[in-house]
Amino acid sequence: MSTFSRPETAGPPAVPVGEPAPAGGAARSRRRVRINALGLIGLSIIVAACLFCFVGPLLYHTNQVASSLAAANDPPGNGHPLGTDANGFDILGRLMIGGQSSLEIGAAVAVLATTIGVVWGAIAGFYGGIVDGIMMRIVDVILAVPALFLLLILATSVAPSPLELIVVLSFLAWQVPSRLVRGESLTLRTREFVQAVQVMGGGSVRSVVRHIIPNAISTIVVNATFQVADAILILAVLSYLGFGLPPPAATWGGMLSDGSSYIFAGYWWQIYPVGVLIVIVVVAFNFLGDALRDLLDVRLR
Amino acid sequence: MTRYLLYRLLHSLIVVIGVTIIVFLLIHHLPGGPARAVLGSKATPVNIAAFNRANGLDHPLPVQYLNYVGQLLHGNLGYSYKLNISVDSLLALDLPKTFFLVGVAFLIAVIVAVPIGIAQAIRRNRLLDHGLTAASFLLYSMPTFWLALLLIDILSARLHIFPPEAPQGTTLSQVLTDPLALVLPVLALVLVNVALFSRYMRASAIDSLAQDYIKVARSKGLPEYKILRSHVLRNSLLPIVTLLGLALPWLFTAGLVIEQIFNYPGTGLLFFTSAQNQDYPVELGITIVIAVTTVAGNLLADIAYAVLDPRIRYS
Repeated sequence: MSTFSRPETAGPPAVPVGEPAPAGGAARSRRRVRINALGLIGLSIIVAACLFCFVGPLLYHTNQVASSLAAANDPPGNGHPLGTDANGFDILGRLMIGGQSSLEIGAAVAVLATTIGVVWGAIAGFYGGIVDGIMMRIVDVILAVPALFLLLILATSVAPSPLELIVVLSFLAWQVPSRLVRGESLTLRTREFVQAVQVMGGGSVRSVVRHIIPNAISTIVVNATFQVADAILILAVLSYLGFGLPPPAATWGGMLSDGSSYIFAGYWWQIYPVGVLIVIVVVAFNFLGDALRDLLDVRLR
Repeated sequence: MTRYLLYRLLHSLIVVIGVTIIVFLLIHHLPGGPARAVLGSKATPVNIAAFNRANGLDHPLPVQYLNYVGQLLHGNLGYSYKLNISVDSLLALDLPKTFFLVGVAFLIAVIVAVPIGIAQAIRRNRLLDHGLTAASFLLYSMPTFWLALLLIDILSARLHIFPPEAPQGTTLSQVLTDPLALVLPVLALVLVNVALFSRYMRASAIDSLAQDYIKVARSKGLPEYKILRSHVLRNSLLPIVTLLGLALPWLFTAGLVIEQIFNYPGTGLLFFTSAQNQDYPVELGITIVIAVTTVAGNLLADIAYAVLDPRIRYS
């Protein structure tokens, strides 16, 4: 969604959304404990995935540059725990290297998109009126075009570098946080403490930076978590379609794309491990976002 | 109500104009501009200048934009120089196929997701609810193309039940001659959407179940199935109407990926091959059509919502 043009919500419409608080206090706290347990599981998986991708290659050395056709498409075992791909690259080692770009770009997109969105939404909501109208129509326009289509048009003209990918993905992902923050900003600007700042002669920059944004921080953090999950997914789609990082870079989506040619040869080890890994990481970020929403959002209590 | 409709109409119009500006700017952002894309990388500056003059590309940008919009208003979406055919005729062939795929998948997904969501709401926080929640969470976090690959691997490569490739053909009726081959692409799209819709349905049914009119219905002794049918179902279907509008960009995105994987001859596949061939007019034409469809879908959903729910009063 969000970025990936899902219907617009902050992340998956998971457990707590739109649900009236359960009647009993005991039931509510049970639910909170369960959600936070899932959040902890999510966090542990994210830490484990980071260790796997960034520390793993230091312990498990593989050659991911020079292909060796003698070892192409080997099934798991025999020195390759998860087998090899069509170029003879070790799949386990490639999962680690490919994960690095996914996690780095995913996190960078979340940070950049959230920053743009927060500033945009806070300004629009704070000033209101015609400024708000114009800024939010721009958001509407970008949301009207499915992101993948714009991405493919842009990727047609350039073979992207990681930095370009981050910029382009962020450009197509900041609209949801900007809407969320605008909503917060609209209500916050009428509150006494913000009006007090203005009465005391504080400028609008001060009001926005010191008072509006910090008070919207829980919404921002929760959405940023979902942004990482969405960025990893759309990055995988782009690489799968052949418009991601060009070779020799290893990407999860690219691995799936290569492996999909061998479905009918029965080389399951080229499709299943990488797919499962993507799902696990994305689920982990969604769990974490859900738990954070439950933890930080006072209105749900 | 009339004021609200006019306001929404104006709003949609502004968004559509914005989309045309984006697409227009994209055309001009392309390296070398349209001339380079048409004449190739070896074109001389003289040739490019002649091409620009012949096609009105030497006018100031605002004039060019107005010309472009004029062409769009006349239904002219551009010309594919790579395929040597107008974008209009390409879309006339492929759009029905995409609308068919996406529409059928959407309908089936709603029909499946509504009972699932209501069942989850009734059995809230029980085993059934948790199981279905976990399943939808998993499906939701799964890349669409990987789900499609799994279906191909299991149902096609291993069990040989369905063919791995969508039916081929230039027109929709040709595609429809092989229903067995349609199963996998439709199934993949349905699964992705059921995961999403059932979440909305669950939340909305839980909301309805907590309302006073349900208590009234129960206390006057209405049988449970009647309560579910005439009170819970009807009231919780309302948000699904909005979802139809909101889900359109998501449906088209998933549709593009599915069409590419199953080689389904719709606009998604056309867009993908155009992106590979750098056939910009086709890409931009499809983008405009899909964006306008999205805006129109949102508008219709909003209007339908306002008509269906008399409790909502717009000022």
